[in-house]
Amino acid sequence: MQDFKFDTMPSNTADQSPDSSTTGMSLKDTELTLGLPGEAQVVIVGGKSCSKRGYSDTVDFRFRCCSGESSAKAEQVDWPGNEISGPGKAPDSKAQVVGWPPVRSVRKKALKSCKYVKVAVDGAPYLRKVDLEVHRSYQQLLMALETMFDCFTISSNDLEESKIMNPVNGAEYVPTYEDKDGDWMLVGDVPWNMFVESCKRVRLMKSSEAIGLAPRTPSCTSTT
Amino acid sequence: MSEDRNEMPEPEVDTRRREIAGVLTGEFQSPSPDQVLENVLENVLLFLTSRRDRNAVSLVCKSWYRAEALTRSDLFIGNCYAVSPRRAIERFRRVRSVVLKGKPRFADFNLMPPNWGAYFTPWVTAMATSYPWLEKVYLKRMFVTDRDLELLAQSFPAFKELVLVCCDGFGTSGLAGIASKCRQLRVLDLIEDEVTDDEVDWISCFPESGTCLESLIFDCIECPINFEALERLVARSPSLRKLRLNRYVSIGQLYRLMIRAPQLTHLGSGSFSSSDIVAQGDQEPDYISAFAACKSLVCLSGFREIIPDYLPAIYPVCANLTSLNFSYANINTEQLKSVICHCHKLQIFWVLDSVCDEGLQAVAATCKELRELRVFPIDAREDSEGPVSEVGLQAISEGCRKLQSILYFCQRMTNAAVIAMSKNCPDLVVFRLCIMGRHRPDHITGEPMDEGFGAIVMNCKKLTRLAISGLLTDKAFSYIGKYGKLVRTLSVAFAGDSDMGLKYVLEGCPKLQKLEIRDSPFGDAALRSGLHHYYNMRFLWMSSCRLSRQGCEEIARAMPGLVVEVIRNENEEDKDGFEILYMYRSLESPRIDAPEFVTIL
Repeated sequence: MQDFKFDTMPSNTADQSPDSSTTGMSLKDTELTLGLPGEAQVVIVGGKSCSKRGYSDTVDFRFRCCSGESSAKAEQVDWPGNEISGPGKAPDSKAQVVGWPPVRSVRKKALKSCKYVKVAVDGAPYLRKVDLEVHRSYQQLLMALETMFDCFTISSNDLEESKIMNPVNGAEYVPTYEDKDGDWMLVGDVPWNMFVESCKRVRLMKSSEAIGLAPRTPSCTSTT
Repeated sequence: MSEDRNEMPEPEVDTRRREIAGVLTGEFQSPSPDQVLENVLENVLLFLTSRRDRNAVSLVCKSWYRAEALTRSDLFIGNCYAVSPRRAIERFRRVRSVVLKGKPRFADFNLMPPNWGAYFTPWVTAMATSYPWLEKVYLKRMFVTDRDLELLAQSFPAFKELVLVCCDGFGTSGLAGIASKCRQLRVLDLIEDEVTDDEVDWISCFPESGTCLESLIFDCIECPINFEALERLVARSPSLRKLRLNRYVSIGQLYRLMIRAPQLTHLGSGSFSSSDIVAQGDQEPDYISAFAACKSLVCLSGFREIIPDYLPAIYPVCANLTSLNFSYANINTEQLKSVICHCHKLQIFWVLDSVCDEGLQAVAATCKELRELRVFPIDAREDSEGPVSEVGLQAISEGCRKLQSILYFCQRMTNAAVIAMSKNCPDLVVFRLCIMGRHRPDHITGEPMDEGFGAIVMNCKKLTRLAISGLLTDKAFSYIGKYGKLVRTLSVAFAGDSDMGLKYVLEGCPKLQKLEIRDSPFGDAALRSGLHHYYNMRFLWMSSCRLSRQGCEEIARAMPGLVVEVIRNENEEDKDGFEILYMYRSLESPRIDAPEFVTIL
């Protein structure tokens, strides 16, 4: 496994420097609202010292304001409507013709699901992997994660409202991901397709550690 | 397929050798001169392997025909309906290896309704009694059942090699039969087949005491296998050189196999991904050293669900690779570059267009020995993004001068790049360009792609296979007819303006064997213009063109040695309408196993 680095790479939007006021606001905004835990879940307790495996000694999150980067991206596609809608790619302009282009269906099928990323959960001893191409929305992804790591419950249907919680120890988790540039972002900040394109791995991080991650600021989305 | 010439010859041939020896020493009563000649001929012909040469030999005279028939051990049947099993067996009595091809290639793209035919059953049934020494079977696009495989396994005690390419109709239970009963099995290659999951653990069916397996290829099998059994199998197969795993084998499991089989020359790496559940504290094995230990590895494929983090593991083998198949690996430009920069000896390279033009430029910069390139689309739709273009093609043409074969899917292309390739790569034998958007012109000039393809047939003097696409007028076909004198296989889709297009080709290309056309405006008049040539062809396929039933009937009447099939869409209401014309020469009367939607005229 790669060492995770949490200092951001230089980027064009880095002029949005860390800002303590927004940092303070971030956790509340990123918090998924409370939902009652579901049925009794098996708890995977981290017996091994896995919480920081592969991570740098100090986790240093640089704040990235989503208003700089993701609003630019968000312009292109409606959001959060994107979550409910389909793949979000432009609808086919022509009807697809049978057998064209001439690619064998075995190959087409094999390439359909080809975006595998590792999923780590703080405190769980196991890494899983998930195929992002199979899912169409953040909803579906969260549901899949819930099935995979059955120590969690994810409450409601709306990403804004749902919360990932371990009912046994009461810990709350925030889904985060590492993007192409090596930055750790909150899952749900960018339109689904963009997320699939740029996500390298997913980590369900304990809320207490998610300080400093880019907040899911509703203000970004209201501009679109 | 390997030719094993060091085997003990059959008793009859030995006798003949002794006879000849006897003649020379004067010990035996000399047989007639004709007999001697025939005996000598047979012994000479044993060394003749090329089937074209053999066909020529068989035409000299009756005696040569007989001698050739008795000594032909490799039977090649390019169209399973061109000749019946009985006729083949009556002529060639001592066959050791059979190649059989069934459905036409366009069936791969769902253009043919299922259950069309190409059944292996009549062949294996006939061979079971007539070819007791059969060793090798190679099938392409045939329908093979589990019972067929069972019969095969039971009937041929010396059976060594089974290769199934693009076949369907069988499942893991059929494979179990092969594994358990074919004790001399050296090769079991399943390539792009559709294999049903019968939930049978076929891997466990190989003999416990050790196998002579040299090649085991099952990367197309879409169901899990018993890994522990596979590990034990590899451990007791000391001759194993080729192993291609399916996507249900994780990289951790791959590691375990590699350390048991460092002698591998061909490896299909399975998923190249961690298994679904990996313990967080676990140290990952040293994949790099496992690859480094495989000093003979020359061919690498797989990567079916690649997690690109693992790519560096293959660096140690890159310098020796002659063949690399990344066509299931969703990797980007940078990831490709990190690998390809080491691959100086690469001759065969398959890749996805996810690597973009820049990735192809990197290939061109390093792979000076490249002979074959295939670039597949990660998103095979007409209006997809298209990350590769004429830029990549141009770069390849400039960097890979020894190129012989190319298959290139793209969304944008220019005549200039294709012309450049025709000049830079004079050794081209196969040129297949698929511009995915139908009727797309040169995206810079707006011109049809006629000049590009024209240059290919003009400048590439060795060209035998051509697939064209994009906006094409009859002019392109006139070029092909004029210059494509060696072209044997031609694929046409959404091209041409009028009957003239097809006429140019049928009148101009004397070597044409396989012609497959779809959605092009060619009608009955064009069809008629090929009457002089159809007996020299293996087949003609025309779908969604401008043919009428009458036109096809005319051909059927004019050419009794041709089987003319018109194939309806299963949903087609109109009993006279049809989608596909598929016609082929045959020594037999029309087949009786045709389904209801096929009419033989």
